[in-house]
Amino acid sequence: MEQLNNIGASLDFYIFVSIALFSIGAIGVLTRKNMIVLLMCIELMLNAVNLLLVTFSTFFGNGDAQIFVFFIIVVAAAEATIGLSILIMAYRNSKSIDIEMFNKLNG
Amino acid sequence: MSLQMISVILGSLTIASALMVVLSKHPIRSVIYLVITFFFISAMYILMNAQFLAIVNMIVYAGAIMVLFLFVLMLLNLNKEMEPETTRMSVITAVIAGGTLFLVMITALRDTFQYGKGYVQAPVQDAGLVEQLGKLLFSKYLVPFEISSILFIAAMVGAVLLAKREKQIID
Repeated sequence: MEQLNNIGASLDFYIFVSIALFSIGAIGVLTRKNMIVLLMCIELMLNAVNLLLVTFSTFFGNGDAQIFVFFIIVVAAAEATIGLSILIMAYRNSKSIDIEMFNKLNG
Repeated sequence: MSLQMISVILGSLTIASALMVVLSKHPIRSVIYLVITFFFISAMYILMNAQFLAIVNMIVYAGAIMVLFLFVLMLLNLNKEMEPETTRMSVITAVIAGGTLFLVMITALRDTFQYGKGYVQAPVQDAGLVEQLGKLLFSKYLVPFEISSILFIAAMVGAVLLAKREKQIID
């Protein structure tokens, strides 16, 4: 009984949670027009990938995947800063944070 | 209360707060719900014995990146009428597309999964501790680590250059 209590959740469960998070992020990217919320949904999708990597790292007892999570966090931080500065510049030029504003780039 | 029950509760809370990120109308509420989601994900990391990564996730994501988002929200000073509205058609299309993505990924991963009913629990050698990760990061993954520092410098310079106020406005 003690042995049973210390066992973690099944691998299927963690896969389900991370795929659900990724899909919710994808739905957010497709529906929301607000640029800030769009960037946040991208962060959510990156975190779903992180969760899956950590799950498999623990499952196989191998630390390599957790290093990859570090690099994903680094890329996410760089992406957030660049995305937000592009957003600020776009807002200064057009006084709007609607993503449809970029349709003007079509010419 | 077993570990399994705790992780199921944590997982459902994570999915619920992630849904609230997408559903809430006000951007600041979205940021707060995203911070809550990151805290739940950090709790799941701790359950999976990846303690150092849990702390890093809390400090970098919930601490630094989300504060950056909040700063930008306060800087822009948005009000209610500036929130762009979404059409019903785009919402329906996006939900169908996202649901299809979810189903396809679930079925694909269920078919390729060949380890039977595996359980995620703490391994014999603690892979998620600082010592193991540090040894790995500074021996096997030293070159990607240095390249990521170059990426950070490029991002910093780019952010300063982009957000700098210019005299002429390109229209």
